[in-house]
Amino acid sequence: MSGMPILSIVTWLPVLGALFVLSIRGDSEFAAQNARRVALWTTTITFGMSLLLWTEFDTGTAGFQFEEQYSWLGDSITYHMGVDGISMLFIILTTFLMPACILASWTTIQDRVKEYMIAFLILETLMIGVFSALDLVLFYLFFEGGLIPMFLIIGIWGGARRVYASFKFFLYTLIGSVLMLLAIMAIYWQTGTMDIVTLLDKADIPADMQFWLWLAFFASFAVKMPMWPFHTWLPDAHVEAPTAGSVILAGILLKMGGYGFLRFSLPMFPLASELFAPMVFWISVIAIIYASLVALMQEDVKKLIAYSSVAHMGFVTMGIFTVTMQGVQGGIFQMLSHGIVSAALFLCVGVVYDRMHTREIAAYGGLVHRMPVYAFTFMIFTMANVGLPGTSGFVGEFLTLVGAFQVNGWVALFATFGVILSAGYALWLYRKMIFGALEKESLKTITDMNWREISYFVPLIVLTILFGVYPGPVLDVTAMSVENLIENYHAAIDAAHAVVAH
Amino acid sequence: MYNAIVFLPLIGALIAGFFGRAIGAKASEYVTCGLLTISAILSWVAFFQVSQGDAPGIVHVMTWFNSGNLQVDWAFKIDTLTVVMLVVVNTVSALVHWYSIGYMSHDPHRSRFFAYLSLFTFSMLMLVTASNLLQMFFGWEGVGLASYLLIGFWYTRPAANAAAIKAFVVNRVGDFGFAIGIFAVFLIFGSIDLETIFANAEELSGQTFTFLSWEVDILTTICLLLFMGAMGKSAQFMLHTWLPDAMEGPTPVSALIHAATMVTAGVFMVARLSPIFEQAPDAMAFVTVVGATTAFFAASVGLVQNDIKRVIAYSTCSQLGYMFVALGVGAFGAGMFHLFTHAFFKALLFLGSGSVIHAMSDEQDMRRMGGLRKLIPVTYLMMVIGTLALTGFPFTAGYFSKDAIIESAFAAHSGVGTYAFYMTIIAALFTAFYSWRLIFMTFHGRSRADAEVLDHVHESPFSMLVPLFILAGGALAAGILFHDQFIGHGIELFWRDSLADFGGAHIIEAMHHVPAWVPWSPTVMMVIGVFFAWLFYIRNPSIPAGLAKQHQPLYQFLLNKWYFDELYEFLFVRPAKRLGHFLWKRGDGWLIDGFGPDGISARVLDVTRNMVRLQTGFLYHYAFAMMIGVAALITWYMFWGSAR
Repeated sequence: MSGMPILSIVTWLPVLGALFVLSIRGDSEFAAQNARRVALWTTTITFGMSLLLWTEFDTGTAGFQFEEQYSWLGDSITYHMGVDGISMLFIILTTFLMPACILASWTTIQDRVKEYMIAFLILETLMIGVFSALDLVLFYLFFEGGLIPMFLIIGIWGGARRVYASFKFFLYTLIGSVLMLLAIMAIYWQTGTMDIVTLLDKADIPADMQFWLWLAFFASFAVKMPMWPFHTWLPDAHVEAPTAGSVILAGILLKMGGYGFLRFSLPMFPLASELFAPMVFWISVIAIIYASLVALMQEDVKKLIAYSSVAHMGFVTMGIFTVTMQGVQGGIFQMLSHGIVSAALFLCVGVVYDRMHTREIAAYGGLVHRMPVYAFTFMIFTMANVGLPGTSGFVGEFLTLVGAFQVNGWVALFATFGVILSAGYALWLYRKMIFGALEKESLKTITDMNWREISYFVPLIVLTILFGVYPGPVLDVTAMSVENLIENYHAAIDAAHAVVAH
Repeated sequence: MYNAIVFLPLIGALIAGFFGRAIGAKASEYVTCGLLTISAILSWVAFFQVSQGDAPGIVHVMTWFNSGNLQVDWAFKIDTLTVVMLVVVNTVSALVHWYSIGYMSHDPHRSRFFAYLSLFTFSMLMLVTASNLLQMFFGWEGVGLASYLLIGFWYTRPAANAAAIKAFVVNRVGDFGFAIGIFAVFLIFGSIDLETIFANAEELSGQTFTFLSWEVDILTTICLLLFMGAMGKSAQFMLHTWLPDAMEGPTPVSALIHAATMVTAGVFMVARLSPIFEQAPDAMAFVTVVGATTAFFAASVGLVQNDIKRVIAYSTCSQLGYMFVALGVGAFGAGMFHLFTHAFFKALLFLGSGSVIHAMSDEQDMRRMGGLRKLIPVTYLMMVIGTLALTGFPFTAGYFSKDAIIESAFAAHSGVGTYAFYMTIIAALFTAFYSWRLIFMTFHGRSRADAEVLDHVHESPFSMLVPLFILAGGALAAGILFHDQFIGHGIELFWRDSLADFGGAHIIEAMHHVPAWVPWSPTVMMVIGVFFAWLFYIRNPSIPAGLAKQHQPLYQFLLNKWYFDELYEFLFVRPAKRLGHFLWKRGDGWLIDGFGPDGISARVLDVTRNMVRLQTGFLYHYAFAMMIGVAALITWYMFWGSAR
């Protein structure tokens, strides 16, 4: 096994699939069906291959595994790939959600099916690349490149106001990424290397420079997360994106910000991280309460879930910047759990949207009468979203809060307050859509989920419950790398303080 | 065996939930009922084993999660306190399951109902067997979920949906405190395992730590935070508003969840944590005051309610207050004893009222009942037994447990103890009054129902009556049979170290030395209460209306439950909604977007509109911008990087 470049195979397999789709000729229904099949097979095989990463993963070491390095551009920019406990599961999450996305688009997308599938497959490669790149330039290419297919997906297959939504996205991310690009250049100028592993080993960047670099990276990651007040692109983007686009957006793209904090901000700029941590805490707390309150008043299903995503990501940033074992592990867990749960919630919205073509909450009501299976599914994910113990949503929330309480009681207090609000908006949504009498004429013929739909919800439900009662596999994978990260972080800060003291 | 006790109901729930439609409602009923009956029998076996001193301690199931030094297991802590709860939960649950077969026989969603009931029982068992705070929290929220589902079981009724959400959210307010309490426990003790906490509680007594911005006593703070959770779950004063509304659920649910088991979880929690509460006298005083206030408040509201279930709901609320009084003054055994006996007679009253409602074609308003004594005599007899036990008629269950609480409050000889004593004494009078008012209005006098309803009045089927008989047996005999162990001479041997101070042996001892008028006073109060109920509703039924007219403000105040719902709506619900709307429209829409992307994009749009077709243009623009960036980087790198 060790001789096989699993990571590269997993990363580039979807592009291979995309080439296959490209080679399909004609625009007939037959061609479209072939495109769908190729995409489904490709994503499924990619998922299967990616599982090798997990089974072969050595949880006993904090270092990078499955490393590959080839020279690429000049001496310093290399094709360097590898994963550690922080990044590996995000790859699995990506490959896991992909087949569900393809299945969810099976009948909804009827025009330009080939192009759609190609966009998704390329997107998959780019997303996996983000989590496995160990070279700054490579990372930047993947990180920014992923936006192009996402733009196309929103812009071409999106809803009525897609132009506005994409524009917003564009403005936010452009500023962030330009700043990050400048920061990457500055890092190279300072250290003479683009290699992330080398940078992690001996990132002795001066404190005043850390300050600016941290801010530059923060700009990019905060938009991605999205953190308050850079979040307003998210509700619009979600609302306009097709279902599968929302799934990827909520499931994977939002996690890149959190991943970035863990991979770059904390280990490379520890002094600046310590300096800015209080600010991040308060922004996170504001995000949790602000977004929950706003979610309470939404009339559009997707917007409500989008705002609840902002609130949940608040827990992640809060946890990460506590730099405690529970906080960081909780943050990672929360991201993975949210990847599953919010993706599933958007898929749930997709199910009824496909039937009724409206996202207005008021247009629904009493769905349980005709869609009991759907009601059950939606209930599971609503409860996971609320953070009910026994679902995966609880473990991450709880750990991040435990971490936060050790660092700052007020932050934990306010963040826990968000837990009350989340119950409010989530149950209110459920009541409005699912419960009540079935009175609306338009809903009287609505059909329950079919086997295709059930097939992609079953694994999501299983994982939500499984990781709720037995999160061990996930936490074990992350433990060593997180411990290492925290040790280095505190060592760096202690060293800096020691210098000041002398 | 303990695995079987806890997991059999879960298996039942899964079978009825997932395969209910495949195997049919009848099969679902028998599967869940059968499994629960086994579970209940095993619980009694465990009860006798453990009370003989044969407690297995910790039964480890599996690891939940480890993160750094935070280690959490799924494990059962089995001691006397646990088995008492196992017996209560499983016995009542099994009886309610059997009763529901008859009660729900016309409902098309019976499989779902039984799945929920069993799911609830499982969560409750996880709660009472928890060996660490987080597992308790799991059960805690799990019963909250089941309660939410069951209150909203008839989901076409708007009132039921609203009540379900209210129950969940108000409980979450309590859980907020519970959660913060767990964080604080972990911070201080470095563990959330009960054994570790208890072992280290004593040496932390009186020490302080910085909580938020203040320097406070460690154990008092932790206890108060955790108690906030208990207040939510046990519907104590201020967090009680959800319980009366919860009566929207089917009546068996009210009996099981909102009378006998779930609402007593808060009492159980304080009892379970008695080793740390014992070290925090200020927290104990707070528990006493809250309990006493609730006992009085809820009883006062119960005086004037007209919905048969709501009267009993307020009664439950009030009785839970009694239990907290006992815990607060340190008579842990007495509190648990009242929990134990209360489960029998309150479940009996609820199921009895369910039988009434069933007979009356779903009528719940007592003003449209009356004279049912002759039509449903068995139900009448059962309700009378329940009422006797509740009001503390000599030698019934309530006589032993409730009077013990009142005496222990007096015996505490403290300021809060005295307050609690007078509050509970007055509440005892109220209790007797509203309980007999219920009996008189429902069963005596002339019927106020319309003829059509009366034609259909029938005694409930045998399957519903048998559980009533068993509960009635408990309500009559539980006091005589068990008082010696729970609060008598056998107390230390019975509770051992499952409760602090062997179940409160000191205060129980002090109870024997109170003045002679103290033990008599609850009984006297009961007699007075019964007399007034008789006077008002049998002898001269025009008095209540006259009184209500004379004291209109007071009557309205009580009838509207001290205006708590209106107050909360005004203080919390509406401001939260308004703030949410404000932040959305003003914060997001006007401030962030207006000065951020929209403002900028409006300018950009002006420019680009003339230059390119937007629809496709901007996407490639973006790609283009990025490519330029990358090209710039590479160029720069080629020239500068290689030069180094």
